[in-house]
Amino acid sequence: MTVEPGGAIQAALNQPAGDLREQPAGLIQLLTPEGERVDHPDYPLDLSSADIRGMYRDLVLVRRIDTEAISLQRQGELGIWASLLGQEAAQIGSGRALGPDDMAFPTYREHGVAWCRGIDPVKLLELYRGVSHGGWDPAERKFHLYTIVIGAQTLHATGYAMGIQRDGAVGNGGDGKDSGEAVIVYFGDGATSQGDVNEAFVWASVFNAPIVFFCQNNQWAISEPLEKQTRIPLYQRARGFGFPGFRVDGNDVLACYAVTQKALQAAREGQGPTLIEAFTYRMGAHTTTDDPTRYRLASELELWKLKDPIERVRAYLVRTGQAEPEFFAEVDAEAKQIGARVREACRTMPDPPPLDIFDHVYAGPQAILQAEREQYAAYLDSFEEAR
Amino acid sequence: MTTLTLSRALNAGLRKAMENDPKVLIMGEDVGKLGGVFRVTDGLQKDFGEDRVIDTPLAESGIVGTAIGLALRGYRPVCEIQFDGFVFPAADQIVSQLAKMRYRSRGSVSLPVVIRIPCGGGIGAVEHHSESPEVLFAHTGGLRVVACADAADAFAMIQQSISCDDPVIFFEPKRRYWDKGEVDQASGLASALPLDRAKTVLEGSDVTLLCYGPLVRTCLESALAARQDGPNQGGRSIEVIDLRSLSPLDMDAIGASVRRTGRCVVAHEAPVYAGLGAEVAARVTEQCFYHLEAPVLRVGGFATPYPPSRLEEHYLPDLDRILDAVDRTLEY
Repeated sequence: MTVEPGGAIQAALNQPAGDLREQPAGLIQLLTPEGERVDHPDYPLDLSSADIRGMYRDLVLVRRIDTEAISLQRQGELGIWASLLGQEAAQIGSGRALGPDDMAFPTYREHGVAWCRGIDPVKLLELYRGVSHGGWDPAERKFHLYTIVIGAQTLHATGYAMGIQRDGAVGNGGDGKDSGEAVIVYFGDGATSQGDVNEAFVWASVFNAPIVFFCQNNQWAISEPLEKQTRIPLYQRARGFGFPGFRVDGNDVLACYAVTQKALQAAREGQGPTLIEAFTYRMGAHTTTDDPTRYRLASELELWKLKDPIERVRAYLVRTGQAEPEFFAEVDAEAKQIGARVREACRTMPDPPPLDIFDHVYAGPQAILQAEREQYAAYLDSFEEAR
Repeated sequence: MTTLTLSRALNAGLRKAMENDPKVLIMGEDVGKLGGVFRVTDGLQKDFGEDRVIDTPLAESGIVGTAIGLALRGYRPVCEIQFDGFVFPAADQIVSQLAKMRYRSRGSVSLPVVIRIPCGGGIGAVEHHSESPEVLFAHTGGLRVVACADAADAFAMIQQSISCDDPVIFFEPKRRYWDKGEVDQASGLASALPLDRAKTVLEGSDVTLLCYGPLVRTCLESALAARQDGPNQGGRSIEVIDLRSLSPLDMDAIGASVRRTGRCVVAHEAPVYAGLGAEVAARVTEQCFYHLEAPVLRVGGFATPYPPSRLEEHYLPDLDRILDAVDRTLEY
């Protein structure tokens, strides 16, 4: 399989460099923070009003789930939570661009993408409550397990994409948009410094793998600002690896949708990888164990609040008359409902039985493990007998 | 029966696995056109194509990480790590990703990935080319760790490892690659000794000598030399067992032998300190305490980095050091 540097690569190479933190001229945006719809010549939007209302609903519901999870951690029901606050548009936009056959590889913060793939939010809480390590079947919803080690999943995604090639499941682009499968992998700005991510870029490039690298640049890797990871805008890294890179307004759900959809389609058609840098902001802490007031200014957060990913969609829907007040009331009611459901499910979630520790280590029984299991069972039973 | 070197036996085993299952892939550095630096994959790319025998970029984490992704997609990748000392860049992908994915997914994910690693010293190599990192992987739940020692086992065990639904770290004794042995290429895996079973290579009654990988031949030679000594010269009957599987350990075979002989010596090239011998000694003590006539003794590398090759003959257990340990255990 050889790489044919096509027009997309050339176009990307011609993009102007921008400052690390300033939004450069090349930033792809379809909906301004004020809710104004703007056109982009490369990204005509094929979404109906109902689609956009659906995305608004997604955004509100995942924020509600996130808020609920933070509260549950504060109440001691979860050990930890990694909030997606501020990154809803990047996740819903890219998540809704996925086709049913596409495979997604998340970090541990992709609650919005999980929502789009139909993973029950309660499943996500299992991980953060310490009840399981994830525990869903990645093949069922085409959504891999959360990966905690930074960047490790980019290689899994690339290998999976190589499998798509070997299955002959890369489309030829000739028979419409349903042809072909692709992979999307999520990671953050900090991850771009990891060896695995750079290796994944090399692999994907030389094998021309059908993959979209979706980097949510939320400006902070725990306490380390973007300047600690890079001297150039992240999307420009792609150029050195030989595939196109784009920077999209990560708080603009429409732009995230359009850019991801186009990149996925290119991958499905055999045009190889794309790097998308979704320029966004982590409005909350890294996780509930973190205190961002120790390392960043409140004024920065205030600026980003003006670019909130949900408010601009609401403003757009209202201004253009695509949604009535009843719609917003319904979504708010649904959010309340789902919050209550998640809260209740979390509080009543039982601990797994202790002997579950020994299950699913190997495909079949293993003598040494079996002996440990029996010994520990007998030890536990000895307390039962004493009672 | 055909006479094959251990390297050719591995090649034949890989070929058979690839013929039997189109999902089997080979990936690594120089495994394609070159056929691997030890020629283990010689000719396979020519016959199975570049999509199945993949010359990868030069990055070990990438090899294992993408193999995981291919396995998620239903493939059975066999990765080659070119030398033992080069496996560490892939440590996260092996220990934190490959080993744990079945567990993390509560059994819904199966990762049948084999990682082949030429291991051990004795070939006069520069540093990082002579190491024995097996216990690092044996310590990781979710991995199987095996070591072949002869051509017949190499042929069968590589196929068994590929068909195994668990990730397998497969150690190949690099200084034995050119040792010849009889291999029955027509026999199926059904008649082969299961992958997790140890093999008695020489029966004996005085001492149980446990070993694996490159030291199996050394231990066998030691036992034969000791047997040839007449009773007056201290003739000793040593039972040599090739452990083959380092995780899990075949404690049934080990225990049965030690209960008979009452004495046990474990030999490996890896450092004695916190090595596999420590695990064996602890388990033998727990399970055979009343049968033991002497403490379990260990022979192996020192608690140092691997030395420059001009010193490796001092570092590697040889016939004399092994028999010295045998004699010490008999003195109790």
